[in-house]
Amino acid sequence: MSWTRRILRVNLTEGSISEEPLNMEWADQYIGQRGLATRYFVEETDPTCDPLGPDNKLIFATGPLTGTMASTGGRYSVITKGPLTGAIACSNSGGFIGAELKSAGWDMVICEGRSPSPVMLHIVDDKVKLLPADDLWGKSVWDTDRLIHEKLHDPQIRIAAIGRSAEAGCLYAAIINDLHRAAGRSGVGTVMASKNLKAMAVRGTQGVGNIKDPKSFMQVTAEQKQVLAENAVTGQGLPAMGTQVLMNVINEIGALPTNNMREVQFKDANKISAEAMAEPRDSDGKPNLTTNAACFGCTIACGRISTIDKGHFTVENKPEYWGNSGGLEYEAAWALGADTGVGDLDALTYANFVCNEDGFDPISFGATVAAAMELFEEGVITTGQTDGMELRFGSAEALAWCAEKVASGEGFGADLGLGSKRLCEKYGRPELSMTVKGQEFPAYDPRGVQGMGLTYATSNRGACHLRSYTVASEVLGIPEKTDPLSVDGKAGLVKAFQDATAAVDSTGLCVFTTFAWSLDNIAPQVDAACEGGWTAEKLLEAGERIWNLERDYNMRAGLTGADDSLPKRLLKDAAKTGPAEGKVAGLDEMLPEYYQLRGWTPDGQLTAETRSRFGLPA
Amino acid sequence: MLRSLNINPDKCTGCLQCEMACSFENEGVFNPAKSRIKIFTFHDEGRFVPYTCTQCDEAWCLHACPVEAIRMNRETGAMEILDSVCVGCKVCTIACPFGTVNYNQTTGKVIKCDLCGGDPQCAQACPTEAITYVDADATGLEKMRAWASKTDNQAHAN
Amino acid sequence: MTYVIVGSGPAGVVAAETICKLDPNGQVVMVGDEPDPPYSRMAIPYLLINNIDEQGTYLRKDPEHFGNAIKHVHGVAESVDAEAKTLILADGRKLDYEALLVSTGSRPILPPVPGIDGERVTTCWTLEDARKITATLKPDASVVLIGAGFIGCIILEALVSSGANLTVVEMGDRMVPRMLDETSGGLLKKWCQEKGVNVMTSAQVESIDHHSDKAVVKISNDRHVEAELVISAAGVRANADFLEGTEIELKNGAVAVDRYMCSSVPGIYAAGDAACGLDFSTSDYSVQAIQPTAVEHGRVAAANMVRHGSVLHQGCINMNVLDTIGLVSVSYGQWQGVEGGDHAALLDRDRFRYINLQFDGDTLVGANTLGITQHIGILRGLIQGQFKLGKWKQRLMDNPMQLMEAYLAATQGA
Repeated sequence: MSWTRRILRVNLTEGSISEEPLNMEWADQYIGQRGLATRYFVEETDPTCDPLGPDNKLIFATGPLTGTMASTGGRYSVITKGPLTGAIACSNSGGFIGAELKSAGWDMVICEGRSPSPVMLHIVDDKVKLLPADDLWGKSVWDTDRLIHEKLHDPQIRIAAIGRSAEAGCLYAAIINDLHRAAGRSGVGTVMASKNLKAMAVRGTQGVGNIKDPKSFMQVTAEQKQVLAENAVTGQGLPAMGTQVLMNVINEIGALPTNNMREVQFKDANKISAEAMAEPRDSDGKPNLTTNAACFGCTIACGRISTIDKGHFTVENKPEYWGNSGGLEYEAAWALGADTGVGDLDALTYANFVCNEDGFDPISFGATVAAAMELFEEGVITTGQTDGMELRFGSAEALAWCAEKVASGEGFGADLGLGSKRLCEKYGRPELSMTVKGQEFPAYDPRGVQGMGLTYATSNRGACHLRSYTVASEVLGIPEKTDPLSVDGKAGLVKAFQDATAAVDSTGLCVFTTFAWSLDNIAPQVDAACEGGWTAEKLLEAGERIWNLERDYNMRAGLTGADDSLPKRLLKDAAKTGPAEGKVAGLDEMLPEYYQLRGWTPDGQLTAETRSRFGLPA
Repeated sequence: MLRSLNINPDKCTGCLQCEMACSFENEGVFNPAKSRIKIFTFHDEGRFVPYTCTQCDEAWCLHACPVEAIRMNRETGAMEILDSVCVGCKVCTIACPFGTVNYNQTTGKVIKCDLCGGDPQCAQACPTEAITYVDADATGLEKMRAWASKTDNQAHAN
Repeated sequence: MTYVIVGSGPAGVVAAETICKLDPNGQVVMVGDEPDPPYSRMAIPYLLINNIDEQGTYLRKDPEHFGNAIKHVHGVAESVDAEAKTLILADGRKLDYEALLVSTGSRPILPPVPGIDGERVTTCWTLEDARKITATLKPDASVVLIGAGFIGCIILEALVSSGANLTVVEMGDRMVPRMLDETSGGLLKKWCQEKGVNVMTSAQVESIDHHSDKAVVKISNDRHVEAELVISAAGVRANADFLEGTEIELKNGAVAVDRYMCSSVPGIYAAGDAACGLDFSTSDYSVQAIQPTAVEHGRVAAANMVRHGSVLHQGCINMNVLDTIGLVSVSYGQWQGVEGGDHAALLDRDRFRYINLQFDGDTLVGANTLGITQHIGILRGLIQGQFKLGKWKQRLMDNPMQLMEAYLAATQGA
């Protein structure tokens, strides 16, 4: 057993804190982190609750391998009902605070209710306190981080916090930990703000023990680290170039959504790619990329640490942005760049810094700006709404301006903070929103990577690449190459990826390991650490159970099969260029088969049989 | 030939595998808070610096110990704490100018790097060779040693 | 060559060992005035709480450690005949030397209070004292501790854990006024009070009246406390009286030495609490009376006794670490600050954490901390390395906890 077997429950309404044992029966069925926290969440909350009301809960959950020497074993997830989607929200983050929480002796923190005034949760091992945070309210994540470090005198303390955007009600606000790692999607930060919980500061000194078989755990994790090191993607591509290694690749296959997904190729992709980040700038001779960086326990180290040219218009006379911070990852670079048509690498980096500084999701933000730009070009939004700023595709100035507005929530920032769906609805052009279940798309155009269409449509948290990353198979050939332009077999592929990913997301490991690892590589690591006889089959079964549990919650929350859809643009407007020219997303061809493979009804509902097969709550 | 830890911060990604390996070897749990090696992060500079005891010749800790609880392992050259002798007075923690001897409140003793008896687990665990265990002559600790000698009250006459 | 070392504390023992290494053919005689093997006073608090036995306090654990190379003589020094190069012991024995080291340490000062010489009063300095205290301590015993200085504070845990009712009387306005500033000294007082200790600062013991079953301690402002045991820990002074009347120059009650640890008389050296040596921070000469200084003195003196002029003393940095019922306090160098210098402080009263850094220009020159133990030695590194901190000074002014980062930046350009 590598769970600490302890849950921390924080009632923010009453300001009370209690401890309870982890339900080990559930742990055996749902592993930890994403799965186990969802089980708790489903048990304890009304699916129809207002995501921003006191009845919603916010769970920070680690996995059994979080805080151990298994490579990438530092992950945690935030589980709640998302304000952007009205669906289950589950955002996974790396950095260091997950391992710190585990080291403090907690598998999970369940926050419920709503504090009458701003507070922060301070956890030092068993000592847990709610401290007043009135002085932190209104501060950015970065200022909050600094102030808490100073206040608590502890350079080692790890902090997760929300920024001003969350406080202002931006619906895609993130929870940022360790300055630039994010539980980024679905507005989990907005929920945190609604609870008046500004930050969680954690210091763990107990460590993670309880390893079932320490000797074989050390051996098997060492072997598996070797597998990562020898793999071309996890051993070379990701550490050297980060996820940005994909920018030129995806552009070439004609699946790089551009200008709010009007196009599938971006003329300036090479200017915002990994290669561009490593190129010394003309202006100051330094490359955008300083170094790569790892999250806790990660032997891949795909993280980017970057600087912006001090003379760049975004940071001129703003020395607070001259240092290094978290640089562009592929999804962010795409959303801030290709989708808005902006090919200015430092402007993208600036917008990314601001997303981290004030805590909002760069994917949803970039995609919302893209929608706003299209609305502007259509003449629906005018300079009257934007203080004179011309929101034109390709305008780096507009991008930077939008980032600052969303950060503060002022003026047009409030509109942008609604997200693409609500923004387009507000301005009467809902068809221009590139979203599923209210959440913006990430960086793969389903017309060029067909499996991703089904991935987006069926994702339990709204459009998301991380629920079933079929790009691995369709583009990179992992575990085997499938044709990105074909819909054949994609229903089964998506299901397999969804189930496996749900399992990985519940262990404490990073899904990026699956470029090199399958569940066959992961199972022995879980099994050496945890009681329960963990095989790949058992993990996969747990993954499928988790998927169905999430789906079941969404159905109870009021979603239906009709929400498993894609915007008309992707279904009707064919790709104009590249290998996918003439293609639309073939969702209709995949969805019925997918439902069938899932054991759901033709309109996407769970059957009693499926429910009982996985022992889901009735 | 004595070997010592060679640290190359340029290669460090800040993953803390070394801290976990160290604490697991010494404490039986994965616990960076009890690691003898520590990664310091320079956020603005985008730099990670692993840091631990260099087993310096001057051995301030050893000389400061009032009860002979720190001894040199002649095979590895490491200054080792004898837990059974250490009374927890912490004089070594203030005497070590490198800050690499720490008091462990849980045990009431001090802890420091002992090179794991000649097979340092941090070096084993490091995925990027930022920490390696090499012949002592090649470790490039000159900078540290240079300033060490600058303040050396303990220079051996010969 | 014949070396005589008077005093078998840390300075004497380290000097004897160093001489053996540097001059293997030399004759080393070490004179000690206590019956026990050389031991460390630093370890006595841990003996009092039964963490160790008496042997655990010994400086060297191997009974054969000193072997034949170092002759350990029991005796009390009475005087020195510098002309004849002879040390005279109280029992009349005479020891001839070619080089002499005075490492006689210090002894507690008894405050001039009526009744201080009564049988219920003890110091806490020697193993014999420790035995007496251990024998007297029992739950609910009433104990008065005179002096909340270094010694007083480190034995508090033993006194508290024995279950005694404890009253501490300190003349200064805070605890450990010689190593802690007002904030940390005050906070330490609060800490002790929360642990159930009655702490009186700015208070003086006026008299001790001895009765058959107890002593009554009269304290300023008309206060009285009954006590079964009174422990006097009101400071120490050097054991250098036996040199009075010789040509050896004394300063602050100790032997004045130069940077070779040599006294005003060639061939006679001094080390440890008995020496008034160079202070690294102030460039002045003072008696630090701390363990690390004793050891450094011993090594430098020994080297120069073997070959005069071989090692120049760079000055010792004054530093202290105290564990007072679990709260660790630290002081370094010029913790009081220097004229025209800056300081940076962080205080968390609720959690008993404090750090105060003192700068001269952009160099760290001193510090006080409370409740901080990780990487604490780096304060010494920064102070003794005299590093120019550059932009890191401002960063430390903003957040003094970034010490390690500042150090790494200064030394490795990180």
